[in-house]
Amino acid sequence: MSMKANTRQVDGIAIVDLSGRITLGEGSVILRDTVRDLVGKGNKKILLNLGEVNYIDSSGIGELVSAFTSVRNQGGELKLLNLTKKVHDLLQITKLYTVFDVKDDETAAIKSFK
Amino acid sequence: MTLESTLDSVNSAEASATRFAAGAGFDEDEIARISMAVREATINAVLHGNAYDPAKKVGFVLERTRDSMVITITDQGQGLDPNKIPDPLAPENLLKQSGRGIFLIRAFMDEVQIRMLHPGTEIKLIKHVPGVAGDNKEASQ
Repeated sequence: MSMKANTRQVDGIAIVDLSGRITLGEGSVILRDTVRDLVGKGNKKILLNLGEVNYIDSSGIGELVSAFTSVRNQGGELKLLNLTKKVHDLLQITKLYTVFDVKDDETAAIKSFK
Repeated sequence: MTLESTLDSVNSAEASATRFAAGAGFDEDEIARISMAVREATINAVLHGNAYDPAKKVGFVLERTRDSMVITITDQGQGLDPNKIPDPLAPENLLKQSGRGIFLIRAFMDEVQIRMLHPGTEIKLIKHVPGVAGDNKEASQ
């Protein structure tokens, strides 16, 4: 299953609903382009909804890290929402779970942005 | 099996490993770990080893020994020195975009052997089949 990204705006937060596989190639490129486009348009509060992401490889992890740092470098915040068990486990193993602000409730996640 | 240095080869190797692991009797979680390890090792061969060079090939062998599944992947690149792989968990590397492939492979497999071929690299991934002892080869692909 290829990756899809749909963006919606809720209370000034850009929520990106991702689905499929974030892997080397198309999936990573779609994520990179989506975040780059949002930042380019002035969005500094971004919530990546990974609830429908069933697979992510090291390239995908790298893209998440890159997105996180690029948004932060622009003075913004990027948070993660609804991790599947596989993605949760990967972030634990790579010690990135403590780097990202991970939420499991969209309403609470929206309120958590400054 | 010889693979081209393309992204399609990565997907193909992953799919082959998934089928082979299922046939070897691993459970769903272990199949996912094996498949991901194979994917990461093939990415290393195609991307970091052969650098997508169409003149360079990737060797890919799946074997079932008496007690293990063994996957051997070779490339024809510059060679990866296993003693010079940075720790992706080190604070200075945590936010780097790349460098987690070998770490994940080691996390997901029981044994990982990396050998420099001059030129190229061979990586052997081994996963033991639960409840089976011995090491005689029964079949190979």
